[in-house]
Amino acid sequence: MLDKAWLIPLIPALSFVVILFFGKRLPKKGAEVGITALSLSFVIALLGALEWTGKEVPREAVTAHHEWFELGGVHFGAGMHIDGLAVMMLVVVTFISLMVHIYSTGYMHGDRRYTYFFAALSLFTAAMLLLVVADNTLQLMIGWELVGLCSFMLIGHWWEEGVNSGAAIKAFITTRTGDVGLMTGIITLFFAAGRNFDIEHLNHAALTGEIGHGTLLVGACLLFLGVMGKSAQFPLHVWLPDAMAGPTPVSALIHAATMVVAGVYLVARLYGVFFTGFSIEVGGTNLVAIIGAMTVIIAALLAFVQDDVKKVLAYSTVSQLGYMIMALGVGAWTAAVFHLFTHAFFKALLFLGSGSLIHAVHSNNMSEMGGMRKFMPTTYKTFMIGSVALAGIFPLAGFWSKDEILLGAHENGFPLMLIVGLLGAFMTAAYMTRACYLIFAGEYRGHGHPHESPPSMAWPLRILAVPAVLAGLLNAPGIELFHKWVEFEIPGVPAFLPEHAFNPALAVGSLAIALLGIALASAYYFRGALNGLSQRVPILQTGHRVLVNKYYLDDLFLAIIRGIQYPIAKAAYWVNQNVLDGVINGVGKGAQAGAKVVYEVIDQRIIDGAVNGAGLSAEEGGSILRHLQTGRVQQYAALLFGAAAVLAMGLVVLT
Amino acid sequence: MLTAAVFLPIVGAALLALIPREREEMLKAVALVVTLATAVIGLSLLFGFDYGDAGRLQYTVNHGWIEVINSRYHIGIDGISLPLLILSMVITVLCVIYSWDHFPEPHNPKAFLILMLVLETGMNGTFAAQDLILFFVFFELVLLPMYFMIGVWGGPNRQYAAIKFFLYTLFGSALMILSFLALYFKGGQTFDIPLLIAQGGAIAHGTQLLIFGGLFMGFAIKVPMFPFHTWLPDAHTEAPTVGSVILAAVLLKLGTYGFIRIAIPILPEAARSWAPWIGLLAVIGIIYGALGCLAQRDMKRLIAFSSVAHMGFVMLGIATLTTFGINAAVFGMVAHGLITGMLFFIAGSIQERFGTRELSRLGGLLLQAPRMGWMLGFCAFASLGLPGLAGFWGEFPAILSAYQPAAGLSEATFRAYMAVAAIGTVFAAGYLLWMLQRVAFGVVKPEFEKAHIHDVHIPEYIAWVPLLLGILVFGIFPHLLFQMTDAAVSVVTHGVDAVGAAGAAAGR
Repeated sequence: MLDKAWLIPLIPALSFVVILFFGKRLPKKGAEVGITALSLSFVIALLGALEWTGKEVPREAVTAHHEWFELGGVHFGAGMHIDGLAVMMLVVVTFISLMVHIYSTGYMHGDRRYTYFFAALSLFTAAMLLLVVADNTLQLMIGWELVGLCSFMLIGHWWEEGVNSGAAIKAFITTRTGDVGLMTGIITLFFAAGRNFDIEHLNHAALTGEIGHGTLLVGACLLFLGVMGKSAQFPLHVWLPDAMAGPTPVSALIHAATMVVAGVYLVARLYGVFFTGFSIEVGGTNLVAIIGAMTVIIAALLAFVQDDVKKVLAYSTVSQLGYMIMALGVGAWTAAVFHLFTHAFFKALLFLGSGSLIHAVHSNNMSEMGGMRKFMPTTYKTFMIGSVALAGIFPLAGFWSKDEILLGAHENGFPLMLIVGLLGAFMTAAYMTRACYLIFAGEYRGHGHPHESPPSMAWPLRILAVPAVLAGLLNAPGIELFHKWVEFEIPGVPAFLPEHAFNPALAVGSLAIALLGIALASAYYFRGALNGLSQRVPILQTGHRVLVNKYYLDDLFLAIIRGIQYPIAKAAYWVNQNVLDGVINGVGKGAQAGAKVVYEVIDQRIIDGAVNGAGLSAEEGGSILRHLQTGRVQQYAALLFGAAAVLAMGLVVLT
Repeated sequence: MLTAAVFLPIVGAALLALIPREREEMLKAVALVVTLATAVIGLSLLFGFDYGDAGRLQYTVNHGWIEVINSRYHIGIDGISLPLLILSMVITVLCVIYSWDHFPEPHNPKAFLILMLVLETGMNGTFAAQDLILFFVFFELVLLPMYFMIGVWGGPNRQYAAIKFFLYTLFGSALMILSFLALYFKGGQTFDIPLLIAQGGAIAHGTQLLIFGGLFMGFAIKVPMFPFHTWLPDAHTEAPTVGSVILAAVLLKLGTYGFIRIAIPILPEAARSWAPWIGLLAVIGIIYGALGCLAQRDMKRLIAFSSVAHMGFVMLGIATLTTFGINAAVFGMVAHGLITGMLFFIAGSIQERFGTRELSRLGGLLLQAPRMGWMLGFCAFASLGLPGLAGFWGEFPAILSAYQPAAGLSEATFRAYMAVAAIGTVFAAGYLLWMLQRVAFGVVKPEFEKAHIHDVHIPEYIAWVPLLLGILVFGIFPHLLFQMTDAAVSVVTHGVDAVGAAGAAAGR
């Protein structure tokens, strides 16, 4: 089946074409085409995964390459390189996309551009899958840009409102700014590897020292700029919260399986280049780890001050992507990929859950929710599962993958990243507690009549809840299948850094810190809620009990949360909105102002003025222009010819 | 057969002159038949072309012409001229179709169609000519019809724009013919391009530089390169829709084509010395054109400025003097012809429907004319270089080639150009999406709420669908074009490299 893996991106691509041209005439307006296509792709991906896991060790990547054309002696081709990483991505992308497709039939019901929406979803998925299977950087870039196009189409889906199309443009431009790096990075590596786009060759050349370290570092830095744009790393993350303007299923797709993980995937895919370029094996610190670490903290702080439930999740995604990038930066390749895997499930679950809430209360704001537990039991249960998984509580998915990242940072000699990881775990738990409190606890604060969502939306939530609970066990100690299946291997090159054995002390420590986050946050938020809070939310009961038992810490940490964390978070948000965004807006405004100056002063007055002046003086001087205007073009031409001939003679004589 | 492809349109124009002015349907029909017949000849040229030997001139005709100056009627096409020739033919047919019921004031289809046919002979002839005098005649033949098209059928400021266009390009032509004459006297008393290519390297370096300078002025103004571009926005803004389309799609390519066909192969040494400066102006043009776009309030003027930026990418590719770069340049020319031609068509149709091109007054096109809005979006993305559409293959390889320019050119300089050009792609996304947002997204402005806006109608469909298909097909199958150009471009770059090797040896 794996040799047919090219079908996986092709089917949704065909689905896009079919929906675009025939969708409106079909009974379900094109949704059935998209769902069928994604089901097919998912089944093929699943069968492929079975085949992969059943292969004998060492598993060899399944490849195919079709030569596209030759230009200037360089071969351009399209191909696929299916190894463990690609298999994993294919399964995740098709699965999440299928869930999103099904969910959208409910969420987008009655939308004015329902068919178009499904067409764009299909293309989005196809572009991401094209990127995943790519065996060369050019094809990867093509998929990458097409993903950007689709995100533009989908974020700006309701383009009647300027805010939405503005957000779509912001997303496209910000990621494209990063793509300057991607493009030049790919070009740099293309020449460094002897005019070759092939990814495996690049990795090989990087690891064996065929490419000089200086060139490699430049190439890796440039590529990483592209990663920062696409995977919303600080400070290029500004587009992502705005991208919440799109319909919620799109947010789920963007945040879980496509678009933002493309950057992480790129680093994982070209890890030879990054590993050698940034000298990751030395330990200490490097650009990738630092950017990842900064993103973890900065985004998590921002998540505390949001009222819009989707923005909480958006900043949370940014923060979790920071984890993945940081993991890659500390040499914990498997951990990063594993976190990508588990995160896809629970973040898709959370986004679809938030969509369900929004669908019910017709508002994104948590201040207009409250007490939703009563109205929406399925959404409540699944959202809680997603939150606990995200918070990294044993034994749900997030716990295992986050633990591996911390372990990697610890064992590979990145103490700073370990601290950041623990701090991030604390904050993640805390802000998710806050969100859950605001949404589900207390009394309903809105004005509508909330109701549970239809089955087409509820079922994807139930289904996604299963891997959100179980996916982490795949790499739990004693099982460790994920690591064996998704191994980064380049024939003839030794493995990067050794895998580390499960460290119970670290696991317990990180779990304790996450629980502490929940405890402190619940203490803070529930203090204002007068009675019976521990009865409302079971998961908070535990946290609350811990809090009561260690009261002296409560005061201390409450003071910290109130006295330090809030100002910092607020300041960070202020910086985000005013400085970073200000820079982006300022650049835009500056460019426009500059453009205006250039245009009005330089272009219109100076350059054009010179031209007009020349024309005018000619006119004043006498006759030529007037002759022309009166239609004697030929005379003028003859004159010029004559002058030219004379000058030519002069030139000949002189030289 | 090539001769027929060049002169059939002007024969058609003579035929039209005989038909009385009142018989409009007949005039249109004859014009359509003539352009179609020319395009059919073009197709047969396309199918009869030997792609295995695309670097060789084919369909050559070589007769004596003006004996006294040893100028010959020498025509022929290779893999570089062929796509541009076909582009010129196709665009003319589509323009005749689009004009069907779009004749701008003061109407007069007879004169308009005659001009268009004369224009086609000029364009086709330029791409086929292999003799400098012949080239010059065709090159200049293009000026007059365009001058009248802008000056008679243009917008409110047409007189100014037409004269500016004419004077500016004629100024360049004067310097160009000067260089042609110098080549004649210095290059063995011949105007024959292949012969000159064989002998041109022998001219002294200093003289080469001067001659190249003259050619540069002639071609750079036509392209137009920064800072010689100011005629372009005015000409485009004032020109009738069809005039803008032909101007953008074909006329600008005469300049870039001149560099590849004449200036570089005949004077490779001078080209090497000039290349860094051409590259510099090219990247300035990329950024400058983009800034110009952002400052615009008029849709058509914005597209005109975007041409400056796009031709910057083409010129950057040429300036690298590499196979990659020049292939990208030829691809970029065709892609720009399709995409920007299409954008001008849409801008024209928008003006016709709304009576304005002011970006601030437009909005919600996707609501009133969804198909046209979609096409605009498609072209905007093609124009910003989205992979999978034609624009990408002009842009990306051009940027790529700047990383490693031809031997003897400074890598550091060209890598800096590469970075600037790559940043230019962000600007391109900026202004095109901004335009798209202003025109297609949002809601309809109150003043047009009650207006009855037609979506795309039949002549528009017939004229536009081939362009849209072309953008898509060349985007997905770029080798359709590259297989033609690659061998021919290699011939050009081999010449440059040979001189480079000789120069290096002499330097040692």
